[in-house]
Amino acid sequence: MRSVRWARAGLVIPAWLAIAFLLVPLVALLVKVDWAGIPAHLANPIVVPALRLSLLTTSSTIAICALLGTPLAWLLARSTHPATPWLRALVTVPLVLPPVVGGVALLMAYGREGVVGRVLFDVAGWSIPFTTVAVVFAEVFVALPFYVLAVEGSMRGLDPRYDGLAATLGASPWRTFRTVVVPMVAPGIASGAALAWARALGEFGATITFAGSYPGRTQTAPLAVYFLLESDPQAAIALSLVMLLISVVILGALRGRWLR
Amino acid sequence: MRRAGGRFRAPVAALAFAALAASGCSPAAGEPGNAATRHTVVMLAASSLTESLTTVAKDFRASHPGTDVQLSFAASSTVVTQVNQGAPADLIALAGTAAAVPLDKSRIVKNGTRPLASNTLEIATPPSNPGNVNAITDLSRPTLNVVLCAATVPCGKAAAKALSLAGVVAHVVSYETDVKATLAKVQLGEADAAIVYHSDVVSAGARVRGVQIPASVNQTVDYPLIQLTNDPTTVEFRTYLLSDQGRKRLRDNGFLTP
Repeated sequence: MRSVRWARAGLVIPAWLAIAFLLVPLVALLVKVDWAGIPAHLANPIVVPALRLSLLTTSSTIAICALLGTPLAWLLARSTHPATPWLRALVTVPLVLPPVVGGVALLMAYGREGVVGRVLFDVAGWSIPFTTVAVVFAEVFVALPFYVLAVEGSMRGLDPRYDGLAATLGASPWRTFRTVVVPMVAPGIASGAALAWARALGEFGATITFAGSYPGRTQTAPLAVYFLLESDPQAAIALSLVMLLISVVILGALRGRWLR
Repeated sequence: MRRAGGRFRAPVAALAFAALAASGCSPAAGEPGNAATRHTVVMLAASSLTESLTTVAKDFRASHPGTDVQLSFAASSTVVTQVNQGAPADLIALAGTAAAVPLDKSRIVKNGTRPLASNTLEIATPPSNPGNVNAITDLSRPTLNVVLCAATVPCGKAAAKALSLAGVVAHVVSYETDVKATLAKVQLGEADAAIVYHSDVVSAGARVRGVQIPASVNQTVDYPLIQLTNDPTTVEFRTYLLSDQGRKRLRDNGFLTP
């Protein structure tokens, strides 16, 4: 009995330490907020354009993730080709890459002097860095792996006999994918989208490196927090609080609806 | 009952931990160690000083065996925020005396501020000058990608002043975190022009091309050297920095010295 209690304490204490470690900074943010002044701080001319830009770019990011990431997840889940595990490992690389390095890599690829960017600039006159498109590039680069891995996980859990059955009933692979696979992995898609969205919303390093920082165009909410911290710390805290609130509400809603 | 008690104790322990953490009980983070045994100087400096201070520190280590200088570079505003939040530092150097205004004066030792150097602004373009920038008035061209330091950073404040004196509304595409990040966008060829310090153009050598800003609108930025501790090695390094050898390295990198 005694040893059982000790073992329990040995697990419970570190677990509570972990919870405290995660919650203390969030509580500190709430403690330090100048609650009465929040409306005034949020009226700082930097705050609203930054939030608007963040919502615009993260929703574009999720749309692109769903459009490109769902088929890729399907390919990774169902392909038996010997190269598939390598492909999966490659997709995971941006997940472990420091975001700033991701930003440098994006510049080398799509910058005006970049491998692909140079051609785009010479042929079409397009220059991607310093534009809102560059922000979306940075966000997709860091968020897509989260989406693909989450969706692939739930697709792998799907019994392949469903596909077989649909095929024997005459469904084409595209129709099977659209009417059988996607609806059955909807919870996986929702959790993948939530993860990817959260990652995109918090994206800083790749964005500031590849897209720069210009109010209303490339200065997303995390960048605005960084710059406000030196000019108007209370506005930075108020904006952080808004981001925390949006994250909690959206993740909470998704969890209640689909993730159980 | 026992189970319920076990459940109750754990949250209490966690709350105690949280309270401890929230009250900021850490062993005197800002207090450098024993003066008699320390041979390391920690210096935080404006990022425009990167090349020159790195060279001075290298000279100092070579001529003073057994000592070490640890350097960290950031925007002056960031350096001041770090010191005010208790970052351990012995010396700081800032771009512009205005940057020192928000500094916690209780951290400065008596008579601890000395002029280190001064700097002026210059336009930097990629070596090939793709935007054909030859004067400050060219920066308003809407086809140009102009990059400036953020308005919170000394180089951003000085650049804004020079532009307004020249009556130029620059076509800015990004406000960067510090002067080196600003210069990097030009070095990578992504920006057509940036307003940086003359010393940055000198330090970058052939990687950028400098375009003069007329003296009538140009800004002079004075760099104060501020001493935060009286540790003997710190005093030694400060003296070296202000000596002829130290000042020569600063001049080599395009600074003016008193």
